[in-house]
Amino acid sequence: MKRIYFDNAATTQVDRRVLTAMKPYFSDIYGNASSLHSFGLSAKRALEEARKKVAKKLGAKHNEIIFTSGATEADNIALRGVAYKNAGPNNHIITTKIEHPAVLETCRFLESQGTRVTYLSVDKEGLINLKELKKAIGPKTILVSIIFANNETGVIQPIEGIGRIIKKHNEKTDSRVYLHTDAVQAFTKIDIDVNQLNVDLLSISAHKVYGPKGVGALYIKEGTAMERITHGGHHEYNFRPGTENVAGAVGLGKTAELFSPTSYKKLEKFRKYLIKKLLSEISDCYINGPKNENVLVNIVNVTIKGAEGEAMMLLLDKEGISVSTGSACASSNLEPSYVLQAMGVPKEETHGSLRISLGINSQKGEIDQFILHLKEIVARLRKLNPLL
Amino acid sequence: MYSEKVLEHFYSPKNWGNMKDPDGVGEMGNPSCGDVLKIYIKVKDNKITDIKFETLGCAAAIAVSSITTEMVKGKTLEEALKISKQDIAKELGGLPPAKMHCSNLAEEALRIAIENFKEKNKNLSGEAERTLPTGRQA
Repeated sequence: MKRIYFDNAATTQVDRRVLTAMKPYFSDIYGNASSLHSFGLSAKRALEEARKKVAKKLGAKHNEIIFTSGATEADNIALRGVAYKNAGPNNHIITTKIEHPAVLETCRFLESQGTRVTYLSVDKEGLINLKELKKAIGPKTILVSIIFANNETGVIQPIEGIGRIIKKHNEKTDSRVYLHTDAVQAFTKIDIDVNQLNVDLLSISAHKVYGPKGVGALYIKEGTAMERITHGGHHEYNFRPGTENVAGAVGLGKTAELFSPTSYKKLEKFRKYLIKKLLSEISDCYINGPKNENVLVNIVNVTIKGAEGEAMMLLLDKEGISVSTGSACASSNLEPSYVLQAMGVPKEETHGSLRISLGINSQKGEIDQFILHLKEIVARLRKLNPLL
Repeated sequence: MYSEKVLEHFYSPKNWGNMKDPDGVGEMGNPSCGDVLKIYIKVKDNKITDIKFETLGCAAAIAVSSITTEMVKGKTLEEALKISKQDIAKELGGLPPAKMHCSNLAEEALRIAIENFKEKNKNLSGEAERTLPTGRQA
């Protein structure tokens, strides 16, 4: 059985070229990048080369990039770093109801420490309202953190518009509200220029874009007032102490160099085809989020009424097809997708949601296979459903 | 995360489907929680002679339904009522902690189906009233 991997928003296969680029930095060039001898300097050179590649990809300066263990750590450094440095009574952060847990849970933690947090709503397409954002910014606001493209639905937020609003606010009131975005899903799929977007902080991860797990980066605009959240050595401009993961950084640098929106171009028509097939072959289902615009090319989120997501996922897996679901039954806290609920999907229908995320190696024939099996599985589960 | 037995019953559930003219029906759960479980029974001479289930829910909910029907088929009503959610989970080779509520659903749906049968047959048999389980007097 040829297995089909449609869970590329969860993680991706490391690209062979990335792996090849990383290989020397385990057993051959193994020095500590902070050592001043030749072993260290070789490692340091590779690290800085990788930093330049990531910086170039984001339109940043090389000293504005710090490597982290992933985007969760990058989000923590950004949010807690700004909150601690700008601590004060009633200080205020604005975020959304559809953030990745790395941001959402960090905000909840900061709330427990006395920071006020506004969680912006989204409309049924999953987009925030810029007027609502404008209204939410107050004299105590220190940070706005808004996910670039959502991991469950692929919905892309108007980051450039958000950046403009904050810039204008800062100029008008002579204040300094920072803008952070978790760009994990967007990275390499959308052209990102941090200056054009007016973002101060931006998190990325390697393993979502054909790089290795365990490495990510945070862009920190020069002059951003931040406190370090981890204490130790002076690595990564003091923001991320710990011996540098040189091989990982090289991997991330390589992905930045290799992938761009053109790498995903073919997925545009695959996504359209997948949506067309879902809507025509499966009765009583609907797509969550926009069909064509403001959405990543690789993610389709569908709600199928009368069938439960975990059951669908496991039956698909038995046929060798891997997808993921927003059903409560597949989550550890038994709560169904808060992202879909924020978009107004009724709770009983969130259980029947599937996320299909394509990858650069996906084939059209795989979509046909998937639809074929899904159709059968949905019919079977609906037959078991006492409510139908 | 699931035992082989859970997956076995999930992939090939036993006794699934609805039943024409059941003697008792029990439904438990709520679509907003994601699980609804319905059990149909046929009773003859105080024994469960046939049993069917329909379930909307995850693999655990379906497996729990399936194994429960197997466990009680041919049993007397009293024996069936003695089966606890722990017995069901044990028979499945264990359930992940987050899924224990699924076995509770099966235990409850079965109990309601038996009560439903007894309620329907209250006037036919003086026994029914006495054997009703506690907590849910019809």
